Amino acid sequence: MLKIQNLHASVEEKNILNGLNLEIKPGEVHVIMGPNGAGKSTLGYILSGREGYQVTEGKVDFMGEDLLEMKVEDRARKGLFLAFQYPVEIPGVSNMAFMKESVNAIREQRGETPLTAAEFLKKAKAASKQVQLPLDFLKRGVNEGFSGGEKKRNEIMQMILLEPTLCILDESDSGLDIDALQEVANGVNSQRDGKRSFIVITHYQRLLDYIKPDHVHILANGKVVKSGDASLALDIEKEGYVFLGQDNDEENNT
Amino acid sequence: MSQWLQQVIKRGQAIDDWLSPLRVEALKALSKTDWPNRRVENWKYTSLAPLEALELSAASPAEKAVIESIEGLNSLDLLFVDGQLQNDLSLLSLSKGLHISSFQNASVKQQNVANTLFAKIKPQRHLFGLVNDALAEDGLIIDIDADCQIEQPIRVVNLSSDGQESHHRILVRLGKNAKATVIEQGQGEQPSLSTSFAEYEIGEQACLEHYRMAMHTDQALHIGGCHFSLLQEAKLNSTLIAYGSQLSRMDIDIIHNGEHANAKFNAVYLLGESEQFDLHSTIEHVVPNGTTEENARGIMGDKAKAVFNGRIHIHRDAQKTLAQLNNRNLLLSRRGQINTKPELEIYADDVQCAHGATVAETEEETLYYLRSRGISRSQALVMLNFGFIQELVNQMPNQQLAQWLKPQLKSRFVEMEVK
Repeated sequence: MLKIQNLHASVEEKNILNGLNLEIKPGEVHVIMGPNGAGKSTLGYILSGREGYQVTEGKVDFMGEDLLEMKVEDRARKGLFLAFQYPVEIPGVSNMAFMKESVNAIREQRGETPLTAAEFLKKAKAASKQVQLPLDFLKRGVNEGFSGGEKKRNEIMQMILLEPTLCILDESDSGLDIDALQEVANGVNSQRDGKRSFIVITHYQRLLDYIKPDHVHILANGKVVKSGDASLALDIEKEGYVFLGQDNDEENNT
Repeated sequence: MSQWLQQVIKRGQAIDDWLSPLRVEALKALSKTDWPNRRVENWKYTSLAPLEALELSAASPAEKAVIESIEGLNSLDLLFVDGQLQNDLSLLSLSKGLHISSFQNASVKQQNVANTLFAKIKPQRHLFGLVNDALAEDGLIIDIDADCQIEQPIRVVNLSSDGQESHHRILVRLGKNAKATVIEQGQGEQPSLSTSFAEYEIGEQACLEHYRMAMHTDQALHIGGCHFSLLQEAKLNSTLIAYGSQLSRMDIDIIHNGEHANAKFNAVYLLGESEQFDLHSTIEHVVPNGTTEENARGIMGDKAKAVFNGRIHIHRDAQKTLAQLNNRNLLLSRRGQINTKPELEIYADDVQCAHGATVAETEEETLYYLRSRGISRSQALVMLNFGFIQELVNQMPNQQLAQWLKPQLKSRFVEMEVK
């Protein structure tokens, strides 16, 4: 489904990714952990097509196509979804109108007929119930005045509605209390159907109490330095990233 | 004295009709006027070069133009093509108390009405207003008797066709406690020049709902104005919708001549490519207790360039005036330009006034978020920005007109971004 080969990328002439390799097969859940500044969020942004990053080397194949050549919206239409670490607030655009537009843009790509307002509302109601987000959040501006946890639930709700093939969750667990964490995890687990794949970027092992990964990768200095199964995350939780040595610098994750 | 103005004066002098005595003042003023350059404040940001460079050669006569009626509006439609009235006014069945005549066929009574309005409300400082005084050979005199409430909107359309120059005038008088809706609509895209000025006297307790749609684009140069005199307790609700062309300019004057008058003026301008639009508005509070609310909003895409100069002038006697002026702008590209200047000039000490202007750019971060959900860039821009002008369109009292306008504004918005 996704194959990243020797990916090098920089932002403002600063190298962030330095030869990253990763392959994800349908139905798999991959967890990416790593210290601050390792390039975890950058990877999510580059995959989703955010501007401002220069890919200097390497390639990314998504469903048999060159992902890096596609526009942001086309990647989404082809089934790539990024749950943002910091979703933006858009006052003046209702959450409902935004999601309906989004769902229909993706349905159009798949050759499906657009949903009517009533059809969409039915789906949206079910999804909002699933992530425990009260219905009136649909009527508010996109993320406008939402708490951190509500924003994360709103992201998962979009994920459920858009039915993507590859979901990238960028620290969807950070800033959540234990109840919210469980609801976010439930939202993710409900979408695991053996075909849909996930990249879960996180700092904490605790999310993995609820989402069971197939693979865990440690990212440091812009590449995967260690891969393993769920037990790797437990080791990290216990021992930290000391094994990475001295060259793990202090860059901040933006 | 430019050659262009000399030509205007010569042509104006050659016209011999009942308006000739009224044109004399304008011709005199024009002969003393210098051609404006960028050092003249009034034309600081708008170049007249496209006008000077314009070489018109009338194409073959246009096919008979028809106006598309606006669904649900049920308006009384009057069509001018290149400044010439196409309707036979004698065939119209008008509501009681409504009198409409053309300059060409004005009765003595109507000529007398015109005498009280022509160049009486429009200030002399508008150069192209003077040009219009000198050259407007056709136009309308709309006279509404006291206490007459005219429900049917009066819609005056002026089409500019390829290679044509036209000068067109509207004079409107609302008697005491009268009520009417007037829609002025101008259109054209081929190389052409049109000037179109309108003067309105809104009588005591009378109420005017007014729309000006300056939809000239591309190579259709247009310079126009709307000038309102408000008598005691008169009410004006006016909306201007403007596109942009190589040269497009509107001057608005709202003059409070009677106390307790109320004026609301909204303007929306949408420009793309290398279009330009220049809006100058002046609100004169001559007497006490007047209220004015002005909101102008514009979106500029690509290399488009807009000018907004809004002035509120509160004279010494105009105590207890309430006046608000707000101008908001959105630039869709780094190359777009807006020069905005709200001005308050206050000589009375017991007034409440506010003014402000803002310029914003679309945030890339927000666009990225919407696009990452499969929404195209242009659709995202519509979602983010259309609400900004839609708010003013929704304030139009006539909802049929608003419904007709919205999809057009939306598709223009999408086009100007995509191009």
